[in-house]
Amino acid sequence: MSQDLGLWTVPLAVLGGAIRVSTPFLFVSLGETITERAGRINLGLEGTLVFGAMAAYATAVVTGSPWAGVAVAGLAGAGFGLLHGAICSLARVNDVAVGIALMLFGSGLAFFLGKPFIQPSAPPLPAIPFGFWSDLPQVQAALRVNVLFLVGAVLSVALWWAFRNTKAGLVIRVAGDSAEAARAMGYDVTKVRVLATMAGGFLAGIGGAYLSLYYPGSWNEGISSGQGLMAVALVIFARWNPLACFGAALLFGGAGALGPALQSVGVSSGYYLFYAAPYVLTLALLVATSSPDRALAGAPGELGLSR
Amino acid sequence: MVADAAPSGAQSGMMVADKRTSPVIQFLAWLARRAEAVVIPLGAVLAGLALFSLFLVALGKSPGTLLDLVWRGGFGSAFALQNSLQRAAPLLFAGLCVALPARLGLVVIGGEGAIVLGGLAAAVVAPPLSGLPAPLVVAAMALAAALMGAAWIGAVGALKAYRGVDATIASLLMSYIAIALANHLIEGPLRDPTSLNKPSTLPVGAANMLGPMPGIGVHWGLGVGVLACLAAWLLMERTTLGFSARIAGGNVRAAQIQGLPVRRLVVGFTALGGAAAALAGFFEVAAVQGNANATLAAGYGFTGILIAFLARHNPLAIPPIALALGGLEASSGLIQRRMQLPDATILVLEGLLFLCVLVGETAYGRFKIFSPHLWASKKAATA
Repeated sequence: MSQDLGLWTVPLAVLGGAIRVSTPFLFVSLGETITERAGRINLGLEGTLVFGAMAAYATAVVTGSPWAGVAVAGLAGAGFGLLHGAICSLARVNDVAVGIALMLFGSGLAFFLGKPFIQPSAPPLPAIPFGFWSDLPQVQAALRVNVLFLVGAVLSVALWWAFRNTKAGLVIRVAGDSAEAARAMGYDVTKVRVLATMAGGFLAGIGGAYLSLYYPGSWNEGISSGQGLMAVALVIFARWNPLACFGAALLFGGAGALGPALQSVGVSSGYYLFYAAPYVLTLALLVATSSPDRALAGAPGELGLSR
Repeated sequence: MVADAAPSGAQSGMMVADKRTSPVIQFLAWLARRAEAVVIPLGAVLAGLALFSLFLVALGKSPGTLLDLVWRGGFGSAFALQNSLQRAAPLLFAGLCVALPARLGLVVIGGEGAIVLGGLAAAVVAPPLSGLPAPLVVAAMALAAALMGAAWIGAVGALKAYRGVDATIASLLMSYIAIALANHLIEGPLRDPTSLNKPSTLPVGAANMLGPMPGIGVHWGLGVGVLACLAAWLLMERTTLGFSARIAGGNVRAAQIQGLPVRRLVVGFTALGGAAAALAGFFEVAAVQGNANATLAAGYGFTGILIAFLARHNPLAIPPIALALGGLEASSGLIQRRMQLPDATILVLEGLLFLCVLVGETAYGRFKIFSPHLWASKKAATA
């Protein structure tokens, strides 16, 4: 049964798109939140995302299991996190510059190793049809929710809780707010930061697996166009709060889905301008929430961005 | 005040070379300091090449063959060298777009956007001026490009200076916006209806195209780019403005106490960088393409980031490094064909070099052989 929904198609498609598109934003921003809470910024997650997408796709093609792909993508991401964390632990090395280098290196390596996997098709990740109650195919399409989205949602609550209530969360926050205080408490700040960067890379790698194994669901060299970097900006907007990351990721996902949604109802002129919507939104939010004089509320004290 | 903020580094060379030391010792101390800035990046590049060789060996490919192909494809013949120089031209401008703001401590990575919009601006002003003499049209194109680029990257500086927005993230976001905007205009309102398969703007006209530089057969972007690097070096090292920028980049608070216009410096240097990047777009349009199309976003802006970091933001080091990377990218096709390696091979190598150069930052000041004090005291002891 397919009836004409008229203009309702657009908000419905945006909602469905928000759920579909937001998952990589969510994972990368949660990962970056962990890293930045510990006092480092990793701009290289864009490269990690692309490499994760490639690693997941290649693994899924070879083993036939998308979940093996997710695992490999996470481990590869953790490897990139370790690289970033270790290099930034050296004296006088700038974490922002290392992030840019890893952005280029991660994508370059992914394009290099992923060349043979552009053609073959990999088994996709499963989705749960929450729209079963409706007869409308549009509603069913919008509410087909991927398992990883749910994992991300649970994870954002869990991280929010863990930062407040667990010892590990406290240690990460202290390392990020004052390295001296953490040292005085007897913790190895470098080790905490390297581990936090690895955790961030792990989640970003999984975000990449979602890209290649579910939506858009293929591996090619244009798989990510700055989602990893936008997610880093999103963390600033979300004030380093995992719960706010969830909302912000949905917002960004919706903005990203606007172009395709309008295209589906026949609005095709200005396609490129709608394509730019998430970038404009990110920039606008950054401008609106930044301040020239004081450090941002909630910003980890040791973070290069807030100094 | 400023000297207190930076007690080591720049001052140490001068402190050693006091009245009692001979010119020879002064020279040795100077040489030691300068040698550090050459030896460490070179060592880092060699380490990157070594890592890349291991990567190739692990894949069963020969690093020697690759080196030979890079030489033949990028430098070994007059034709190859010409090709490399042609590719180096836009990279000079793209490198400046990173190096100039870096003097103020800003990491601007969105030069690609200024290149694309600069090229578009140049292509747009040419057709309405078609009645004018060619030199005037070309000057108007260059001016339009430079203003466009200055406004675009200058806006990144203004956002940083007046709103505290991170310049790295803002500039990259703005480059995505710039490319989307350019695609929209080139395929929509500004499209030449006769450009069917490859959407482009109206041609700028054959009379308004720049010819090659006499003698070397490479377009004028190369010569102007080298001059721009020279000018940027003079600005940074030999003017009060450049000195002020360096103070502001080192210690914002100290600069403010000194009464330096930090905000205007940030906007000015980012705008200059943007104007430089936009000139790369101008030359692509006026000397290569003849109109603005999607090939303007060829990734020069991103290679420019690597170049500026390899040069440690010294404009004089940009031309040789741009030539080296231009040659590397020129040999990419040959490497793909002869070694059956994907085109991303060069990206992997560039990424490794970038990482190694950054790791090299930690080596500065760690080797006694580069310390001016060592040389001064050694000579004093033997004398």
